[in-house]
Amino acid sequence: MKEEHKEGAHGHVEKYKYGMVIDLDKCTGCGACMVACMTENNVPFRKDESDKLVSTAWMRVFKATNGKSYPDIDVCYFPRPCMHCEGDHGHSPCVSVCPAVATDYDFETGIVSQIPTRCFGCRYCMAACPYHARYFNWWDPVWPDKMEKALSPDVSPRMRGVVEKCTFCFHRFQRARDKAYVEGRREIREDEYQTACTQACPADAITFGDLNNHEHEVYKLKKSPYAFRLLERLGTNPKVYYMSTRSWVRREGDNYLKGEKSK
Amino acid sequence: MSAQDEKNKAAASSPIVIVFFVVGLAVSLLVGWSIFPKLLYSQKKQPIDFSHSIHLDAAGDCESCHYFREDGSFSGIPELSNCVECHEEAQGEDPEEIKLIENYIEPNKEIPWLVYSRQPDCVFFSHAAHVNMGELECKTCHGMIGESDHVEIYEENRITGYSRNIWGKSIGGFKSNTWDRMKMDDCAECHDEHGTRQACFVCHK
Ligand code: HEC
Ligand code: HEC
Ligand code: HEC
Ligand code: HEC
Ligand code: HEC
Repeated sequence: MKEEHKEGAHGHVEKYKYGMVIDLDKCTGCGACMVACMTENNVPFRKDESDKLVSTAWMRVFKATNGKSYPDIDVCYFPRPCMHCEGDHGHSPCVSVCPAVATDYDFETGIVSQIPTRCFGCRYCMAACPYHARYFNWWDPVWPDKMEKALSPDVSPRMRGVVEKCTFCFHRFQRARDKAYVEGRREIREDEYQTACTQACPADAITFGDLNNHEHEVYKLKKSPYAFRLLERLGTNPKVYYMSTRSWVRREGDNYLKGEKSK
Repeated sequence: MSAQDEKNKAAASSPIVIVFFVVGLAVSLLVGWSIFPKLLYSQKKQPIDFSHSIHLDAAGDCESCHYFREDGSFSGIPELSNCVECHEEAQGEDPEEIKLIENYIEPNKEIPWLVYSRQPDCVFFSHAAHVNMGELECKTCHGMIGESDHVEIYEENRITGYSRNIWGKSIGGFKSNTWDRMKMDDCAECHDEHGTRQACFVCHK
């Protein structure tokens, strides 16, 4: 039935391997991706969002500087979604510690799922995630007056006591697949499945697509000599690549020792 | 053996205990199998007694009311505008039709249908995958609704708020037809047979 499938590294059929390449030289740190993500995914917010320890943002933009003072200072912004780690040996850090199977790795899309209704809030996954991509709901979401009507029906809102995270807008994949099915196709085109943050970025810094597909933009970009991933040496095998021509930025991507060579 | 033990032994074998046991068992079974389900589910009536069999003759096929939109989504239960096409004026003298016209078509108000098969909010279901790709019949999952003369009573679980069709009419969870219930296991059972992938992010959102 699905003869075009390739055997993946773990003996599973690997159809797609969705991932992202973020060009840090283009990112201006405007935060449009964060806003788009929150509205797209019904992410709860509180009256006072200034305490970042308890606020939720599936996509968060971090700021890094080269540590020098004026005029040599340089700033770089790191947008950070979930990395959807495959793991060098097939173990995503969060998936392997979850005692409830509330999160799993989908070998057909390469997406790490999160099923909040299954989660009982032990937060092992948050401790295991090296990227702080997972967030705990300390409260039930409270939407301002009438905003409830503007929530997306494609994403189920979460409740108090469960963990949530970026899903690469998986519901958009589901919608794109339905459209393809009605047109009698099985394959999904590159432009049919794009995440909300990718489309919101005014600088075009984010590129999204199938990392296995030679025709997709991400496949070409990830091969750039300037591409790197965060904490690559941990063996998490993340699917989000970053790109920068500035060597200090690439050095920020991992904990290098003084004098150690980096990418 | 002490005198106390002797007395206990005599009591244990007396017919009174057996009677108590049998009566107790019967009461528990009655409560569990028939009173509890009645308490657990509240009954609601559909706003209009809609007959599928009459309309199948009038409209021709299911697709004239339940169709796919261009974006791949399924129309579900038709909107009022669909009914207006034929019911601008009364077709007959059925009191249900009068109700339709007076309560909904004249004030232009959508009919608040209750959906028997409605899944919890966290579930993603795709008709395109099953009907177009899987080539399954509506009956496999919905039973005889498409041929029925009257709408059934809708039963809602008082605790979860879910439709009873998810758990099924049998409180013990027995199933003799494919459409008797539609819990996660029932979806997964059929997916297993067809070799559909089993990751959580197939049916959840
Ligand atoms: C293709 C035309 C057509 C459409 C569309 C249509 N109907 Fe009808 N409907 C009929 C005909 C014909 C009858 C039979 C009239 C009679 O002989 O009494 C009927 C009868 C009825 C009756 C009374 C008989 C019964 O079912 O108990 C109701 C109620 C009714 N329709 C509701 C609806 C609703 C609600 C819709 C919209 C979802 C709808 N109809 C759409 C043609 C149509
Ligand atoms: C005239 C329009 C019309 C036609 C034609 C029609 N339906 Fe319906 N259908 C409705 C309406 C209105 C409802 C909501 C009332 C109800 O539940 O019976 C409905 C409800 C249903 C439901 C119940 C969904 C749920 O879970 O509550 C099923 C299943 C269904 N239809 C299947 C069919 C099938 C199969 C056919 C073709 C054999 C068909 N319908 C033809 C109008 C139509
Ligand atoms: C594989 C099982 C399956 C098949 C086959 C199937 N359905 Fe459904 N249907 C469902 C489920 C499950 C739901 C509930 C979806 C939800 O709540 O998100 C549903 C919902 C519906 C609804 C109510 C949707 C709404 O939101 O108003 C209608 C109407 C319906 N189906 C009609 C049909 C018709 C007509 C066919 C045949 C062309 C069909 N179904 C085939 C499983 C199925
Ligand atoms: C009677 C069998 C049957 C039942 C019951 C059934 N499914 Fe399916 N489902 C299939 C088949 C067959 C396919 C594969 C269709 C194809 O792609 O050819 C499928 C595919 C799917 C897909 C698309 C997956 C993909 O990757 O293409 C989703 C989503 C899905 N089913 C959800 C559900 C849910 C949710 C339920 C329970 C409410 C359910 N199914 C019940 C047979 C069934
Ligand atoms: C084949 C489709 C399918 C797959 C695959 C699937 N589920 Fe479900 N799941 C359902 C359906 C349908 C329901 C709602 C009916 C029920 O409660 O059984 C459900 C309900 C649930 C619920 C209860 C939610 C509630 O509010 O009642 C949890 C928790 C859950 N699923 C977790 C998971 C996890 C974790 C996985 C992956 C290991 C998974 N599911 C995979 C179809 C599926």
